[in-house]
Amino acid sequence: MTINWPEHIFQELKSAQVKQVAYVPDAGHSQLIRMCETEASMHAVSLTTEEEGVAMLAGGWIGGQRGVLLMQSSGVGNCINMISMQHEYRIPLLTIVTMRGEWGEFNPQQVPMGKATQTVLEAAGVHVYRCDDAAQIQETVRAAVALAFNSSRVIAVLIGQRVVGTKNFLK
Amino acid sequence: MTEKLNRRAVVARILRDRGDAMAVTGLGNPSFDVMAAGDSPRNFYLWGAMGGAAMVGLGVARAQPTKSVLVITGDGEMLMGLGALATIAVDRPGNLSIIVLDNEFYAETGMQVTHTGRGVDLVGIASAAGFRGATMVRTMQELEGVAAQFYCAQGPTFTCIKISTEPNPAALPPRDGPYLRGRFREALMGTIAHQ
Repeated sequence: MTINWPEHIFQELKSAQVKQVAYVPDAGHSQLIRMCETEASMHAVSLTTEEEGVAMLAGGWIGGQRGVLLMQSSGVGNCINMISMQHEYRIPLLTIVTMRGEWGEFNPQQVPMGKATQTVLEAAGVHVYRCDDAAQIQETVRAAVALAFNSSRVIAVLIGQRVVGTKNFLK
Repeated sequence: MTEKLNRRAVVARILRDRGDAMAVTGLGNPSFDVMAAGDSPRNFYLWGAMGGAAMVGLGVARAQPTKSVLVITGDGEMLMGLGALATIAVDRPGNLSIIVLDNEFYAETGMQVTHTGRGVDLVGIASAAGFRGATMVRTMQELEGVAAQFYCAQGPTFTCIKISTEPNPAALPPRDGPYLRGRFREALMGTIAHQ
C-alpha cells in the first residue's frame, strides 16, 4: 500500500493551526502545496526565493500566526543568513525540505547542495529530523511542530529522495 | 533644485498619524530613524536580515489583516530583496505599505553608491511588479500627498522617498531580540503571547 505522506503532513499542519504556508515550488511538495492552497484556514504564498519565506514567517509569528516553509534541498543554502533572525529574536521556524541530489539523482547540479543540506543546516544551528521511510513522516512532522512552536526553535524535516521518488527527465 | 529631504523629518511625518499601525524597519539607518520618531512596542527593528524587511512586513500584514503595517527600509536593503516586490504584488495584502528611504548610498559601510544612484528606478520596478500607484517622493509636499495612503488599507503601496545623506544624531533601538519580539507580540495579543 502506498502511504499518502503529503496528506499526513497536511493533517499535522492543519491540526497545529499553521496558517501561513510559504513555498518555492518543488515536484516533491506539489500535492501538499495544492492542498494548502485550497484549504480555507491557510494562506499560501509563492516565493521568488526561499529566504523570502524565512523572513515572511518570522513576521507571521510575531504577528500571531504559525507558518511552514516548503522547499527542496537546493533552496536551503539560500536561507542560511536569514535564519539569523529566528535565532536572535528567538522565533520558531518549521521547514519541510524535500531532498534532491541523492538517491538515484539524474541531475548532477543537484548533488552538491543535496550532499551539504543537513550539514549546512546543523552548522547554522537548525535542528534536523530526517525521514527515509514514508511511514515515519507523520510522527516526525508532529514532533517537529511541537519542538518548533513549544520551544521557539528552528527545525527542518528532511524527506529523503528515496521517499519522494527520483525525478525522471526522460518521461 | 530643491534641497533633499531629511530622513528623520520624513519618518517623523509618516509615523505622526500611525495610531495602532505596526512598523517593521530595515537594518541600519531606517531602524534608527523609526527609533528617533518614538520607540514603541509596535516597532519591529531589524538589525540584520538584509533583504528581508518587506517579507517580514508581509507576514505581519497577513497575520494582522485589520492593522496597517509599514515597512520602512533603505535602498540597499530593498535592492537585496527585489524578488519580494514581485511576491508582495502578487499576494496583494491591502494593509501593507513598503516605504524606501533612498539616499542612493550604502551609508553604513562607507558611502558606496547603490544601484539607485546609478539609475535603477525602484518605483519603476515596483510598478512593473504590479504595485498600483507606486510613487516617488522628493518634497515634503509630495509626502503630504501620499502619507494618508499608508493607513487606508487600499494597498499594497510602494513609496520611494529620496533623502539626503546628511548625518543625524544617534538613535539606537534596543538590540535584544526576545525583548523586541516579545513586546511586539504582547502589543497585539496581550500577555497570552508569552504562553
